[in-house]
Amino acid sequence: MPETPQRPARNLPPLSLHIPEPRYRPGDTPDFGDIEVPAVDATPRPGEATKPDAMRELCYGLVRVLDFDGQAKGQWDPRLSPERLRAMLRNMMLTRAFDDRMFRAQRQGKTSFYMKCTGEEATSVASTMAIDRTDMVFPSYRQQGILITRDYPLIQMMNQIYSNRGDHLLGRQLPIMYSAPEHGFFSVSGNLATQYPQAVGWAMASASKGDSRIATVWCGEGSSAEGDFHSALTFATVYNAPVIFNVVNNQWAISSFSGFAGSERTTFAARAVGYGIAGLRVDGNDPLAVYAATQWAADRARTNNGPTLIEHFTYRSEGHSTSDDPSAYRAADEATAWPLGDPIARLKQHLIVLGEWDEARHEAQAKELDDLVKMTQKQSEKLGILGHGMHQPFETMFEDVFEDMPWHLKEQCAQMLAEQEAKFGPDWKPE
Amino acid sequence: MNMIEAINSAMDVMLERDPNTVVMGEDVGFFGGVFRATAGLQKKHGKTRVFDTPINECGIIGVAVGMGAYGLRPVPEIQFADYIYPGLDQLVSEAARLRYRSANDFICPMTVRTPFGGGIFGGQTHSQSPESIMTHICGVKTVIPSNPYDAKGLLVAAIEDNDPVVFLEPKRIYNGPFSGYYDRPVEPWSKHDASAVPEGYYRIDLGKAATVREGEALTILAYGTMVHVTKTIVEEMGIDAEILDLRTLLPLDIDAIEASVKKTGRCLIIHEATRTSGFGAELAALVQERCFYHLEAPVERVTGFDTPYPHSLEWAYFPGPVRIATALTKILKD
Ligand SMILES: Cc1ncc(C[n+]2csc(CCOP(=O)(O)OP(=O)(O)O)c2C)c(N)n1
Repeated sequence: MPETPQRPARNLPPLSLHIPEPRYRPGDTPDFGDIEVPAVDATPRPGEATKPDAMRELCYGLVRVLDFDGQAKGQWDPRLSPERLRAMLRNMMLTRAFDDRMFRAQRQGKTSFYMKCTGEEATSVASTMAIDRTDMVFPSYRQQGILITRDYPLIQMMNQIYSNRGDHLLGRQLPIMYSAPEHGFFSVSGNLATQYPQAVGWAMASASKGDSRIATVWCGEGSSAEGDFHSALTFATVYNAPVIFNVVNNQWAISSFSGFAGSERTTFAARAVGYGIAGLRVDGNDPLAVYAATQWAADRARTNNGPTLIEHFTYRSEGHSTSDDPSAYRAADEATAWPLGDPIARLKQHLIVLGEWDEARHEAQAKELDDLVKMTQKQSEKLGILGHGMHQPFETMFEDVFEDMPWHLKEQCAQMLAEQEAKFGPDWKPE
Repeated sequence: MNMIEAINSAMDVMLERDPNTVVMGEDVGFFGGVFRATAGLQKKHGKTRVFDTPINECGIIGVAVGMGAYGLRPVPEIQFADYIYPGLDQLVSEAARLRYRSANDFICPMTVRTPFGGGIFGGQTHSQSPESIMTHICGVKTVIPSNPYDAKGLLVAAIEDNDPVVFLEPKRIYNGPFSGYYDRPVEPWSKHDASAVPEGYYRIDLGKAATVREGEALTILAYGTMVHVTKTIVEEMGIDAEILDLRTLLPLDIDAIEASVKKTGRCLIIHEATRTSGFGAELAALVQERCFYHLEAPVERVTGFDTPYPHSLEWAYFPGPVRIATALTKILKD
């Protein structure tokens, strides 16, 4: 084996390798005072047909609408009606209530796994409200807010989480990996960023057919380092695909901070610059900014002005999933020290400032939603929970590998049925 | 027609018949592909139906998954099978499992076409035979034609199939079959019956092997280029072998294999891909599971070696006449 070459004796400084390190670790007191939070009207709103090279600074700024007093200001204000705002608040609150309940269900051993989106509700709810219901959405795994916004039945989400006999996916997918084509919601994959090129392909197909529907897609800032992300941006720019790329920059990819996806050098929105596509960096905890940016990008895509990359600058308030303990790798108070606040609290404050909401109504709605989730959970649990037996007919395991079952799967299915009959007797039925 | 023309004709017919068929890949549009398999298709069917893509296999296959989910029937070309690896995740984790994981919500009716195999001095990165990797993916069908007539009929069936298909084209025999001797020229397809390819639509169902030659002495299982090498050797040695061209590796025509081996009592498996965990291992296991009491000799394999494909020594790597003759002699000994 060749030996590692020695550094030649030359009068040059030794090179050094940089390993990124987050600023705060457990025990530290986080201070995010140096994060630049520009004023709400600091980021201009260009026309939807503006060429990407004329709007580069938008990749480095922060589109904001709501100030911290709850006032909506500036060019990006989407001027939504109070009814729309209240619907948005409700969707976000329902998402949070659902998350809390399902998180608890996992802790109670009723299912194997759950993932919350606490603090990131605006990134899915507000952006979904800004596109058409018929637009196709390619979600990652933290976009339950999309299904809730599109009125997908909560019980179906729960049935999937429990893999029970009501689970439309027949217990084949990890909890939270929903699929709902009739709601324009693509099947969630456990492989990160794979949905990025797929969304582009869908959008290209739509464009080639002269359709008017666009596609949107999500990934985390961590997954933006995947090759698929860059493949997708390349294809999107080459074919001017009508697609919106969402990067939810919640600062953490499990225990790796955003620096391991390259955030120390530039923003995630700025990835767009190299591809010559439009990029927007948005206050992800400001539902109105998320709405406005998405609406802008959707109009752009729908008028054949091409794709947009939106970075949602936000924070992951809770663990990565039920299998994660963030106190082991990050400072305890980061979520509260985060300078952009909480999206639900900010929208609530805005509605109160408008005189369209109050504490009492808020509390009543929180309780109503909590009760709704609880009641739905009871109904879902009647159809079974994970771990209490097997809920699907055994042979479903072999169905849908192909449209028609080939001989080798038929043989393996017969073998499995014989094994199960030996175990449970011939009269076994799904529970 | 030679095999390239037959493949071209299959896409042409499908582009004509089904407005949802799209052909895409590196250099496939204006130029018609480095092997000319898509020549003329863009001109005839337009740029939105037949187009060039970036050099990005992950993108090509990933985009095709999205197109399939929309309702198109994409036929992506991967320029050489060796370059399927950058796109493999989209094939394994996405295309192959989409139907299953979504319980039929979404399907992926794509046909990934790609030239494979050696014999053209392509070196390590233009010569590989990844068929066993493909058959190890649950949810993908693997098809390998060995002549123009089959290539067109099978490709039509693959494009019409509602599941993802990997269509591996033996590039060594694009222009004509090959005897197995590097110093002998390829005999053009025009001299063979299988070059009589109808212009219009016809299909050959996937999952059916073809009997290339009937015989009693032993059964030889082969596919692609090796069908021709095998036939030459058998004829030269004057052996009464039955040769099955498998044509589809998954789904596999187990009935044809079983019937033939039970008749002859001996089985030789020939492929060009590397030996360890190759598709021959699967075939050998199936044959001994199903035909053990009919076997009069151990099942033998003739394969490529377990090395990367060597450039200058490729004809020493290749399972040629000597290797096959040795195996035939051994298997017929007792
Ligand atoms: C291709 C792939 N690699 C690794 C993983 C394991 N994994 C699951 S989630 C995750 C972190 C993702 O972080 P990010 O993209 O920032 O999204 P977030 O969870 O923060 O929303 C990792 C590494 C995976 N699912 N897929």
